[in-house]
Amino acid sequence: MSALLKTISAARDSGDFGPLLAMIPYCQFLGISLDTIEDQLVGRMKFHADLIGNPTIPALHGGTLGALLESVAQFELLFRAESLVLPKVITLTVDYLRSGKAADVLVQAKIVRQGRRVATVHAWAWQDDKSRPIATANVTALVKAL
Amino acid sequence: MASDDFVVDLDALNAAFRDFVPHNKALGLTLIEATTEPAVAVMRLPYDLKLVGNPETGVLHGGAITTAMDATCGAAVFLKLRAPVPIATLDLRLDYLQQAEPGRDVICRAECFKKTRNVAFVRAHAFHAQGEEPIATATGTFMISTPGKAVNDPSVTGKPGW
Repeated sequence: MSALLKTISAARDSGDFGPLLAMIPYCQFLGISLDTIEDQLVGRMKFHADLIGNPTIPALHGGTLGALLESVAQFELLFRAESLVLPKVITLTVDYLRSGKAADVLVQAKIVRQGRRVATVHAWAWQDDKSRPIATANVTALVKAL
Repeated sequence: MASDDFVVDLDALNAAFRDFVPHNKALGLTLIEATTEPAVAVMRLPYDLKLVGNPETGVLHGGAITTAMDATCGAAVFLKLRAPVPIATLDLRLDYLQQAEPGRDVICRAECFKKTRNVAFVRAHAFHAQGEEPIATATGTFMISTPGKAVNDPSVTGKPGW
């Protein structure tokens, strides 16, 4: 088993995604961390100036929200899957609902259906009020049991 | 809104799209082609180890391609509008057709093929080199005239117009 798969397996068992996130450069670049709160996986993108897309509002770059939603959907699949899977995103659809303020973004995801080959995941992002999402996403991913 | 004397100046456009958009700059995105008829923007995302999603293969994270596609689609909308109007992504759909090859830059090409009073419609694809199989395709819609200032506003860029 490769070092990456070992780390994924350990993260699933312990619920501590820190070591896995530390291995993924892009997650470090965005500043993504993951917590498990009452058996729910919650992703956080820590605000930093490099995430800004429109400096005059200022607002987060929409692409970073898409990337965050996509990442947390993948981690949700890793977290919930009965066997060790490596999700490969096929399609990502993002709806932008409100502009992202210069602050942390939280994301949660829910598996709508996990099939043998494909899983569908819904993810939503918010800042200070969970009932006012700033963006939502649907992700379909190939899930290959390892 | 559209000005007849609109001239595509890549240096000035890059000042707006890259240098004054912190995240585009952090990604190293550069506008390499721009036309207004058709309204097409082409951007290069340089391969960078910090954007890798799988440390064992060196393949770029899909999120980096998502962000590059969003930025390129936005640039195509500005080219369609030919005016410093603020815009916001309304929705964006990406299909990942195949993994990017490690070590190679990704080129995104977006065309804004329709605009109405409020909404602009864009399609895009990403590839390594012209003529090669696409890595991803995208479809997006953008709201026109949202609050805030456009990336090429003189008060933002310190330069008039584009």
